[in-house]
Amino acid sequence: MEVKEIKTENNSALVSAGGTEREVRLDLVDEMPEIGDYVLVHAGYALHRIDEQTARETLELLEEIFGNEIS
Amino acid sequence: MKYLSEYRDKELARKIIKMIHTISRKEMRIMEVCGTHTVSICRNGIREVLPSHIMLISGPGCPVCVTATEDIDKAIKLSHEPDVIVTTFGDLLRVPGSASTLQEERAGGADIRIVYSTFDAIEIAANHPEKRVVFLGIGFETTAPTIAAAILEVRKKDIKNFFVLSSHKLVPPAMAALLSSGDLNIDGFMCPGHVSCVIGASAYLPVAETYHTPCVVAGFEPVDILMTIYMLVKQLEANEARVEIQYKRCVTFDGNRNALAVMDRVFEPCDVPWRGLGVIPGSGLKLRTEYEDYAAEGVFDLSVPEAREHPGCRCGDVLKGVILPLECPLFAKVCNPTHPVGPCMVSSEGSCAAYFRYHTYNDIKSKRP
Repeated sequence: MEVKEIKTENNSALVSAGGTEREVRLDLVDEMPEIGDYVLVHAGYALHRIDEQTARETLELLEEIFGNEIS
Repeated sequence: MKYLSEYRDKELARKIIKMIHTISRKEMRIMEVCGTHTVSICRNGIREVLPSHIMLISGPGCPVCVTATEDIDKAIKLSHEPDVIVTTFGDLLRVPGSASTLQEERAGGADIRIVYSTFDAIEIAANHPEKRVVFLGIGFETTAPTIAAAILEVRKKDIKNFFVLSSHKLVPPAMAALLSSGDLNIDGFMCPGHVSCVIGASAYLPVAETYHTPCVVAGFEPVDILMTIYMLVKQLEANEARVEIQYKRCVTFDGNRNALAVMDRVFEPCDVPWRGLGVIPGSGLKLRTEYEDYAAEGVFDLSVPEAREHPGCRCGDVLKGVILPLECPLFAKVCNPTHPVGPCMVSSEGSCAAYFRYHTYNDIKSKRP
């Protein structure tokens, strides 16, 4: 889910996915997200800030192994 | 959505499938531990595109399914207390206890409320100081930290009417129990993505090393799953047993230290019963002494008669991967998603529900080695 707004006073963030917005807690997140970051959410808590570089690297690895053009 | 479409790419999937067929020689049984993986495998027809000597078997990774009948009976008993509001995640409502379900109890007047998050349950407690609110803590390492965070919040806010009935379970001890039971030969594990996001891939090192069984942490899209199978096949063909992460965009080797610390502060490991697997040492979580004021066990009488299960129900064997859902005599005859007899047919992540929805008998029969 994409982080739209950080609410420091509640230790929460407003996130959106597929047009739905909701507030999630940041108590358990591994790395504090910024607006525009993607986070993995479970049962109302953000658990993981998705690292763009790592996500990109996995795709590049796939490209390398299977020789696929991935946009 | 970001990092989704790339992992649903048909052309890429075809290439991975071709590569699996090229490198795979040995017969192998791969267990997908997580219920969400089972659903994705069924929905995307992944079994059907693999070489016939690769068998995918579903494991005990649906939290609702592995909840012991006895725990459902305790929750039902709690719901009979006049001043209690039972709060829980939705899936649990239809799971059969010995004589009833929480859904039936709710229809009969019990105050049972579905919440999306533990914070919704805290809000109910804060708004109803005259009631005692019990949250049914069901789930694995992904959910347990959220319950722990809720307990810390309740203590901070000095809320006195919030309690937890903890039936949390830990995944790696169950994997080890399956391997040591000797009931079935598992050659490799497709490890759960979201549980691993919290515990980290390093949590599977003891399983990989002790039992010489490769473990690969997988994402949930078709390309993720095929890539994971490719990685497992590659290891097994080379007689290796390493821990690898396919789902790198969400999982690290060390896991989420913050969530693990919160969980560790509030909970300690204990022995718990799993449906189908019996009591597994150190596979559950109970509140530490300093937080035991919030344990439902200390506040309510939760003694229940010995649990009874439907005599024909084979959910226990399905959860261990001993039989496929289609081999249960009740499957699709008396047990279906509208009238589930066992928990594996209740939860959307249950193996039986996934097979019911996506497979025909012949599909599966032809895949059994």
